[in-house]
Amino acid sequence: MTQLTNCSRRSFLKGMGVTSGALVIGATIPSFSPIMAAAANYTLNLFVSLDTDGTVNIICHRSEMGQGIRTGLPQVLADEMEADWERVNIVQGLANEEYGSQNTDGSRSIRHFYQTMRKMGASARAMLAQAAADQWQVPVSEVVAAAHKVTHKVSGKTMGYGDLAVAASKLNMPADDQVKLKDKSEFKYIGKDLTIVDLPDMLVGDTTFGQDVQLPGMLVASIVRSPVIGANVKSFDEAAAKSFKGVTQVIKMPERQFPVGFNSLPGVAVLAKNTWAAQQGAKLLNVQWTDHDNAKHDSSDYLKALEEKVAGKGKVQRSAGDAYAALASSSKTLTAKYTVPYLAHAPMEPPAATATFIDGAVEIWACTQTPQSTQNTVAQVLGIDKSKVKVNVTLLGGGFGRKSKPDFSVEAALLARETGKPVKVVWSREDDIQQCYFHAISAQRFEAGLDENGQVTSWIQRTAFPSISWTFNGQADEPSGGELSLGFADVPFEVANLSCETHKANAHTRIGWVRSVSNIQHAFARGSFVDEVAVAANVAPHKMWHQLIGSDRKVDPKSQGFEFSNYGESLDTFPIDTKRLKAVLDLVVDKSGADKATAENEGWGISVHRSFVSYVAVAVKVNIANNKVTVMEMHSAIDAGTVVNPDRVKSQQEGSMIFGLSLALMGEISFKDGRVQQSNYHDYPVARINQTPAKIETYIISSDAPAGGVGEPGTPPVAAALTNAIFRAGGQRIRDLPINKHMQV
Amino acid sequence: MINFTLNGKATSIDANASMPLLWVLRDELQMTGTKYGCGMGLCGACTVHMDGQPIRACSMPISAVAGKAITTIEGLDPDANHPVQKAWMEHKVPQCGYCQSGQIMSAAALLENNQNPSDEEIDNFMQGNICRCGTYPRIKAAIKTAAKFVEVK
Ligand code: FES
Ligand code: FES
Repeated sequence: MTQLTNCSRRSFLKGMGVTSGALVIGATIPSFSPIMAAAANYTLNLFVSLDTDGTVNIICHRSEMGQGIRTGLPQVLADEMEADWERVNIVQGLANEEYGSQNTDGSRSIRHFYQTMRKMGASARAMLAQAAADQWQVPVSEVVAAAHKVTHKVSGKTMGYGDLAVAASKLNMPADDQVKLKDKSEFKYIGKDLTIVDLPDMLVGDTTFGQDVQLPGMLVASIVRSPVIGANVKSFDEAAAKSFKGVTQVIKMPERQFPVGFNSLPGVAVLAKNTWAAQQGAKLLNVQWTDHDNAKHDSSDYLKALEEKVAGKGKVQRSAGDAYAALASSSKTLTAKYTVPYLAHAPMEPPAATATFIDGAVEIWACTQTPQSTQNTVAQVLGIDKSKVKVNVTLLGGGFGRKSKPDFSVEAALLARETGKPVKVVWSREDDIQQCYFHAISAQRFEAGLDENGQVTSWIQRTAFPSISWTFNGQADEPSGGELSLGFADVPFEVANLSCETHKANAHTRIGWVRSVSNIQHAFARGSFVDEVAVAANVAPHKMWHQLIGSDRKVDPKSQGFEFSNYGESLDTFPIDTKRLKAVLDLVVDKSGADKATAENEGWGISVHRSFVSYVAVAVKVNIANNKVTVMEMHSAIDAGTVVNPDRVKSQQEGSMIFGLSLALMGEISFKDGRVQQSNYHDYPVARINQTPAKIETYIISSDAPAGGVGEPGTPPVAAALTNAIFRAGGQRIRDLPINKHMQV
Repeated sequence: MINFTLNGKATSIDANASMPLLWVLRDELQMTGTKYGCGMGLCGACTVHMDGQPIRACSMPISAVAGKAITTIEGLDPDANHPVQKAWMEHKVPQCGYCQSGQIMSAAALLENNQNPSDEEIDNFMQGNICRCGTYPRIKAAIKTAAKFVEVK
C-alpha cells in the first residue's frame, strides 16, 4: 500500500473547547484508511471501532467540503454512544457501498443518516453495557453506559469503554428493532455548536486537500482539454512542451464519444516533476482541434432562442382549472420574462486527483463528493473490477456540485496506468472555469391575471433550459421531471387556474448541478414575479406572498398532474407544508424589519422558497447611489426540521446567501464559437468581502420534524430578494441576471 | 541556488528562477499549507509574508525571494496562539478551510500595520482574498476580536 508522505494529523481528536486549545489524543494511525485503523482496534459496527485506550473511532463516510459533516454525523453517533467527544477520532471512510450512499450532494447527509448514526451509536452503547454486565455477571438492566464508561448501579463498580473494547467487539450487534435510542432530553451533543474537528489544523495549514496530496516519485499532470464539447485532438507540439525544463512526458488523452457522462475529456496531458513545469509545458502545446457542430454555440443567440420559445405555450407539466380562460376574463394581466446565464461552481480549490496503478489495481486520493461513482467510473473506463479501485477522500476546498463529477479522477487513473507512476492531475483555475459541468442557461416567462380586487385568478409559468440528462444520455432535449421538481412544478400557490409549461432545448456543453440546481432560475423568476404582481395589485410583497401561498395545507402537485420527485422523499414525511413556508417568511420579515419604511434610495426585498425539503426566506436591504448597488443587510430564516449543529446551519446559511449574492451580482459564463469566454476570477468574479454586508443574520426554526437539507436551500431565494430590493430602492426591475449587466455592483 | 529564510530557517533551493514561490513551497518543499487558487494574484489563497509584508506567492518568482524572510501559515504560530488564529477559533470562521491560510496571513498583516482597523479598512485590506464559501461576515468579526487580543497583549 502506498503511504502518503504528508499524511496529516487531521483524523485525530481535537478538543471542542475554544479556550483549552487543541487536545490531541491517539497515536499514529494514518487518517486515510479505516482498514488500517481496524487492524489496531476493535470493531463494534460498520461505523464505530474502539481502541483499548478508550479512543472511539467514528467513520465519516460523507465528504467534507465546508458544511461540517465530519463533525455533524460523528456528533450524533457519539451522543447516542455516550462517548466523550474529546476521545473521538474521526476516520474518513473509503468508497464502500456498505455505508450506503456516499454521494455528498443534494443536501442529504443529515437527512439520510441522522437515524443511522443514532442507531449505530446506540447499538455500540448497548454492546458496551452488555459486555460489562457479562463481566460482572449481573443483569444488563442493572448497568448503565454513560460518559465513556459503564456503571453497575447496584454496586457502583465502573469500567471504562476502552477496557470493554475487546469483549464488546465479540458480541453480536443488537437487532435493529431492539436498539433503544435516547430521549431528546438526554442529548449531550445533538443540537450543540460543536467546533468542527478540522478547525485547529486549518489554523496552522496542516490539512490535506486534493491539491495537497504528495506521493513519492509522483508526476504532476496539467491537461489541455477540448474547448468545444465533441471536438477531438487534431495535432499538438510535443517537442515544444518537452522543451520546458522538468517536463517528462506528453500523453494524448483518449478520444470520446457522446454521452460525455463522467468521462475524461479529449486532450493532451503534460507530465512534469512539479506543477509549474506541467502548467508551463501545457502552454507550449499549441493543440489544434477537429471540428464539431458545438463550435457554433453562441450563448447570447441561444438565450434569445430560449426567450422566443417561452413566449409561446409549451408542454403542460401541471395544471389546475383553465389558466388561459381565466387570464382572458381577468381585469388586469401581467407578463414578465426572466433569464439566468450559465454558471460555474468555481470552488476555491480547483479539482485535483492523484492515482497509482500497481499490479492492475488503482488507488485514488481525490477531493471528491462521490467516492462510489469515482470507483465505478474509474473501474468502467479502465476495464477493471471495482474491487481493484480504492478511493480515498481528502478534504474538499469547496464542492458546490463540481466535485460530484469524477472526471478528474478518471484522468489521474488513466495517466497512472499509462506512466506506471503516481500521477496527480492538477486542474488550474482556467481549467475549472472553462471545463465545468455548467449550471444551465435558462429563460422563464410568467403571466398572471388579477380580478378587480387584486386577487390572482390565473398563473402561467414557463421555463426552457438544456437538461442535465443530456450529459448522461446525449439525447435529452427537454427538462427532466427531477429538474422541474426543483422549484418549478412544485409551486405552492393556491391559485384556481394554473399552468406550468416547458419547452425543448438542446445542450451544447456539459450541463451539471450547481448548488441548488434548477431552483436557482426557478426561484429567481417566481420570487421576482410575485414582487411584480404585488406592485400591480398595489399591496406589500409580504401580503402578496401570503395571498398566493394561501391557506395552511399540504400541497400535492400530483393531484394536478405532476409527478413530483420531492428530493427523493415521501410527501408523507416531507410534505410541502404551506404553514411552514409562511412561518419562515413571517419570521424573516419580523426580525429584519423588511416591512418598515426606508430612506429614499434604500429598499428591502424579500423572497421565500422550499427546496431540499427545507424552507428558507430571505430579506435583503440595498442602497443605490449613482446606479451603483450596495448590499446593506441580508437576513434569512430557515426551517430544516431537526438541527444537529446550529452553528454550522448558520454558517451554511451565511455561505448560501453569499453564493446567491455572487451569482446574482456577477455570475455569468458565456460561449462564443463554442468556447467559454471567461477564464479566471477577473472575468468570472465572485463576491468579495467589500461586496458583502457585515450584517448577515440567520434565524433558525428548529423542531422535531425530520431533518431537511441545509447546504443548498439558502441560495434560491437570494437573487429575487436582491433584485426586488433594487426595484424598491428606486432602481430598475432587473429580469436578466447578472445585475452587473445593468448597474455597478 | 537561491537562499532565503523560511519560517525562521535558512533555506536554499535549486529551482528555475522564474518558478513562483508558491510552487517552490508546495512541490519542492512539500509545504502545502499555502494554497493555489488562481495563479494570477486574484484570489489571495497563496498569501504569505515577505519581510513582514503580505505577498501573493503565486506571482512572486523565486529569484525575487533571494535574501528575503518568508513566513507561511505553518510558521505564523504553530501553536495557533497568534491573535488572528485565536480569534478565528472563537468565531469558528472556516467552512471548507481552503482559503483560510491566505485569509489568516492577510489578516495578520493587516493587524501588524493597523491595530484598530475600521470596517472600511478591513474591506479594503481583505478584498484581495476570496472565500467562495462565504465566511466574510465571520472574518470581519474575527479581525475585530483579534485587534482586541493585540491590544491586551
Ligand atoms: S493563487 Fe495566488 S492569488 Fe490566487
Ligand atoms: S472557507 Fe472555503 S473558500 Fe473560504
